[in-house]
Amino acid sequence: MDILRFITAGSVDDGKSTLIGRLLYDSKSILADHLEAIEKSTKNKENGAIDLALLTDGLRAEREQGITIDVAYRYFSTDKRKFIIADAPGHVQYTRNMITGASNVDLAIVLIDARHGVVEQTRRHSIITSLLGIQHIVVAINKIDLVNYSEDVYDNIVIEYSKLAQKLGLQHITYIPMSALNGDNIVEPSVNTPWFDGKPLLEYLETVEIDNVVNLTDSRFQVQYVLRPQTAELHDYRGYAGKITSGIYKKGDTVKVLPAGIETTIDKIEIAGKEVEEAFAPQSVTMLLSDDIDISRGDAIIKAAEAITPTNEAEVLFCWLDDKPLQKGNKYLLQHNTRSVKAVIKNLSYKIDVNTLDHIEEVEQVKLNEIVKASIKTAAPLVFDAYKDNRSNGAAILIDETSNATVAAVLFQ
Amino acid sequence: MSTYHLNYLEQLEAESIHIFREVAAQFERPALLFSGGKDSITLVQLARKAFAPGKIPFPLVHIDTGHNFPEALEYRDWLANEVGATLIVRKVEDTIKQKKLTEPKGKFASRNWLQTYTLLDTIEEFEFDACIGGARRDEEKARAKERIFSVRDEFGQWDPKLQRPELWNIYNGKIHKGENIRVFPISNWTELDVWNYIRAENIPLPSIYFSHERDVIEHEGQLIAVSPFIRIDESDVIIKKQVRYRTVGDMTCTAAVESFAATLEEVVNEIAVTRISERGETRIDDKVTEAAMEDRKKGGYF
Repeated sequence: MDILRFITAGSVDDGKSTLIGRLLYDSKSILADHLEAIEKSTKNKENGAIDLALLTDGLRAEREQGITIDVAYRYFSTDKRKFIIADAPGHVQYTRNMITGASNVDLAIVLIDARHGVVEQTRRHSIITSLLGIQHIVVAINKIDLVNYSEDVYDNIVIEYSKLAQKLGLQHITYIPMSALNGDNIVEPSVNTPWFDGKPLLEYLETVEIDNVVNLTDSRFQVQYVLRPQTAELHDYRGYAGKITSGIYKKGDTVKVLPAGIETTIDKIEIAGKEVEEAFAPQSVTMLLSDDIDISRGDAIIKAAEAITPTNEAEVLFCWLDDKPLQKGNKYLLQHNTRSVKAVIKNLSYKIDVNTLDHIEEVEQVKLNEIVKASIKTAAPLVFDAYKDNRSNGAAILIDETSNATVAAVLFQ
Repeated sequence: MSTYHLNYLEQLEAESIHIFREVAAQFERPALLFSGGKDSITLVQLARKAFAPGKIPFPLVHIDTGHNFPEALEYRDWLANEVGATLIVRKVEDTIKQKKLTEPKGKFASRNWLQTYTLLDTIEEFEFDACIGGARRDEEKARAKERIFSVRDEFGQWDPKLQRPELWNIYNGKIHKGENIRVFPISNWTELDVWNYIRAENIPLPSIYFSHERDVIEHEGQLIAVSPFIRIDESDVIIKKQVRYRTVGDMTCTAAVESFAATLEEVVNEIAVTRISERGETRIDDKVTEAAMEDRKKGGYF
């Protein structure tokens, strides 16, 4: 059995939390006492039906305001798959929380209110989805009951979204008309939409093939922690612990340690203290090398034949995540997996207008949730890939060292 | 399908080991909060694997309410010795005396909430900058919102409305002096994942997780063990039942489950088909208000 991680995105009141509640409810994943608790809460309200959104809105402030502020993670499984859902907020001001949820998923469900069609948040979330390289998208055309299950409405939204998808280069898009509130096309095909011949949502989620998520081609490994037990029997043991970011490593491989550029060979690979012949992404392993080299956290161990050059200048797209705008010329700490270096953002080339997708060339200021193309200069060289080629080695965060806040999501181009 | 594929338990394990190593690398004085329950036992197993062949490079810390199951304490001491870890125990009893705290009253007077005082004192005493806990997001809806690296201010408080973005598998552990980070390596595991892992790894557990005979009283549909820590009223009927525990908390606030499951296999099979959540079936303390856990977490709880 494998795990499918997905996010639900879309504007506020499009029914994301209700959809998740429905998915859990209809797949019988809600335990009896949780159901009892929401039934109790619902009774305090005016209308009678169970409010499925109460299942996911976990914070007091969220229940008070009836909105989602931060990502809630939900877990359920069927006979075919395990699912991890990131239920993301729809409000513009909480976009950074949506990005948190979106950074680790294989698939996105973008909800659209059938009455409103594609709106600004649909575009914003779709841009983020495309930026983050999420390969599979389900466009959930929700509240179809409120437009009398109209095929025309559905068709128009499909046409409208297809244009957006084309502009963004999104692939693998599946459209499903649904009513999360009534359960149409969630688990069972709905009798109300005879004109729709696709799979209901759950069946689609159970069967969609997710490939290319793990890159097994390019060997990338960053040292996370140096294991030196320094006991009598392990006196000379020096293991380089870390997660294989991508690719496959075998015992005996000739490797180079970057950015120093020193060649050596892999003497041993261990997982949990046991030796293995080979290991692959995303395993957490320990490598032992033939030569005694000065290696510390953040250094990369790459197969010698790989053509990758450490560099301290890069073109990036970044999304600003902090309330305080980007201070031009300020030095931030850039964390690329386990490597941290000082960095400065230079040459802001353009900002993306989330409504038109146009590039705005004049960038005066970079504020919360804005997406900008720029170049970045780092104090020491980095070993990275373009995000589109290798997600796990192509991303970084910026940290403001005075507030310690994570202020930007950085994607190498 | 290529052979380079991890099943879901292997994926979860790899993710957790990565988090453990990140803690060891980013912090000067981390600690693992150990309760004697299955989740913290799973944490210890993952930590062993993360740092093998070396030892776990941080202490196990137990905040002892004085209301523990004796079997859990016995297991705690055995495990710390087995893995060669330093065990730090700090007692809620001592905090109550030193700080003149008011003991909770009532039939099932629980010191659960008072643990927070002892925990925050212990963090200060040892200047821990990271505390690793076994909370899972599937347990409870406030926990479903929490980051893997969760920042606490100098009063130990969690601000759920202003959490740091946490992107990909990149963890920002930067803090100011006095703040600390709570780290939850098994955030993405469900209760059943933990049980399946314990079975796959054949991890020994305290005996109370398996069916045994015990004197209990029935209270609002839940079975509570007879112990010196609860008040037995005249109306209570003490009965002998075959029970096991699904979670291990204090004797005052953890309910038993009627069961004949005596092996790991049998326990896992029962959990797999249960229709009641772990906390709902076994915890008396979560029912008070809808935001009980959120409030406790904001105040510095685990």
